[in-house]
Amino acid sequence: MTELIFFINQVVISGVVLGSIYALGAIGITLIFGILRFAHFAHGDMMTMGAFIAFLLALAAAALGIVTPVPTGFLVLPIAMVIAAVLALGIDKGFYAPLRARGAKPVTLLIASIGVTLMIQGLIRLFFGAGTYSFFENEPKEIIRIDTSAIGSTRPLVFTEPQLLMVIVTIAAVVALHLFLTRSRLGKAMRAMADNADLAQVSGINTALVVRVTWIIAGALACAAGTMLALDVTLKPDLAFNIVLPIFAAAIVGGLGQAYGAIAGGFLIGFAETLAVFNWTMVLRPLNAVLPEWLQLPSTLALVPTEYKLTVAFVILVVTLLVRPTGIFKGAST
Amino acid sequence: MSLIELKHVVGGYGGAPILNGVDIAIEQSDIGVIVGPNGAGKSTTLKAIFGLLKVTGGTITFAGEEITNSLPDRLVPRGLSFVPQEKNVFTSMSVEENLEMGAFTRRDDFSDTMAWVYQMFPVLKEKRRQPAGELSGGQRQMVAMGRALMSKPKLLMLDEPSAGLSPRYVIEIFETIVRVNTEGVGILMVEQNARQALAFASRGFVLANGQNRFTGTGPELIADPEVARSFLGG
Repeated sequence: MTELIFFINQVVISGVVLGSIYALGAIGITLIFGILRFAHFAHGDMMTMGAFIAFLLALAAAALGIVTPVPTGFLVLPIAMVIAAVLALGIDKGFYAPLRARGAKPVTLLIASIGVTLMIQGLIRLFFGAGTYSFFENEPKEIIRIDTSAIGSTRPLVFTEPQLLMVIVTIAAVVALHLFLTRSRLGKAMRAMADNADLAQVSGINTALVVRVTWIIAGALACAAGTMLALDVTLKPDLAFNIVLPIFAAAIVGGLGQAYGAIAGGFLIGFAETLAVFNWTMVLRPLNAVLPEWLQLPSTLALVPTEYKLTVAFVILVVTLLVRPTGIFKGAST
Repeated sequence: MSLIELKHVVGGYGGAPILNGVDIAIEQSDIGVIVGPNGAGKSTTLKAIFGLLKVTGGTITFAGEEITNSLPDRLVPRGLSFVPQEKNVFTSMSVEENLEMGAFTRRDDFSDTMAWVYQMFPVLKEKRRQPAGELSGGQRQMVAMGRALMSKPKLLMLDEPSAGLSPRYVIEIFETIVRVNTEGVGILMVEQNARQALAFASRGFVLANGQNRFTGTGPELIADPEVARSFLGG
């Protein structure tokens, strides 16, 4: 049983945490692709930007002496999401909308988004330097240990308070998104435009409004994902830039343009990465007692060394594209 | 005064104009049919009315207002609807959601309009929860027409509604169009099945090279020996 709990701590909890962040990021990428037909490379940096906004708000809250039972980062998250949504609208209006108005090709917009990436990273470094920050300098990061001796384990189930809240926030965000896309007039218009933009226009759908709503949702979710990533690890200027590739892989694996595909892809890649770097010796060690001398397990038995974790996303991506080129949920193939 | 009136409309996709002075006028009680050879500018005329390409000369008036170069999100609320020839349903969305998208510009309760559409196309009511992409070609055409009718248009424009349908469905779609017209919706359509469509047209327009060649009632055009020889295949 100790081994099972160890497995849950190492794989299930990390997989859920990583999957949540990938899923929230990939939703934004897939929605933007569905509506605007370009790969928004700057999405990772919109996540980092959102995390820094939340960080500033948390500092302000601490300076005002606001103390709550939940980590301040989560308390200020809704406000940070609103600010991030406004900034996302501003980025679109300032950089992408003028290109679209001139009928720019998707590849031009992709290059523009690389420019936005560099700009956001530069601005963050200008104001915050290249160092790392923690949301938990003034408050403790609570660690929750659940005693599992009742089922015969010597190890407790361990996770942190931010990880628990992160899962709750992700579930809430996904349910809210689902209700928006299937019940609301604007959400349906968004699906309609992703399905067939010309027909959406012919139906009299205000496509400019749909574009704005897309940026609001993508910006807010990116902020939530970035902030929660920073709450789980630490905050730094290249926080989410480092994971933008697995997030893209998640969106593509799920099927570009498919919001539910992005969620599935996010969790698939998150779990695959944690499983791939998991040290199986820790679980299989009891076998050493029955295995012969020459077949003893090595001290580390992981599929992939931790430093090569990123490759896992690409292996899944390549396999998916070979077997099912439009992704699990049949997205756009362009 | 006509419901819609095109006066010497010139326009195209940026290069040389495709329409070189098209005149069309129909009433709300009319079924107008545009026929002509390939490349005559039939579909282009409908797109020009709907603001999908640039009109560089002439005027388009609808219900007494000039609408030249207006965009669909302005035209749909005024009572103009368009069914494109291809890709005219949201394939990933259910039949009912397709209809709801047709009513996007309406902020009032449209459940009576939906009931009206279902009454006209009972098969759609049965399949209302199915994705439109799973339906047959004829049923898709019904979804496309239903979607366009959800805005309660004064004028319904259809681009080759019978294209790609089996003969049985062609007759069914034409019958439906006549029925929609008797319910008070003006029709302006482009058709390849020219003879069949002109038979029930109260206004017929023969276009060639982006210009009107013949205008008259449908039966008049069919009876005209020159039209029959040049455009209806003898």
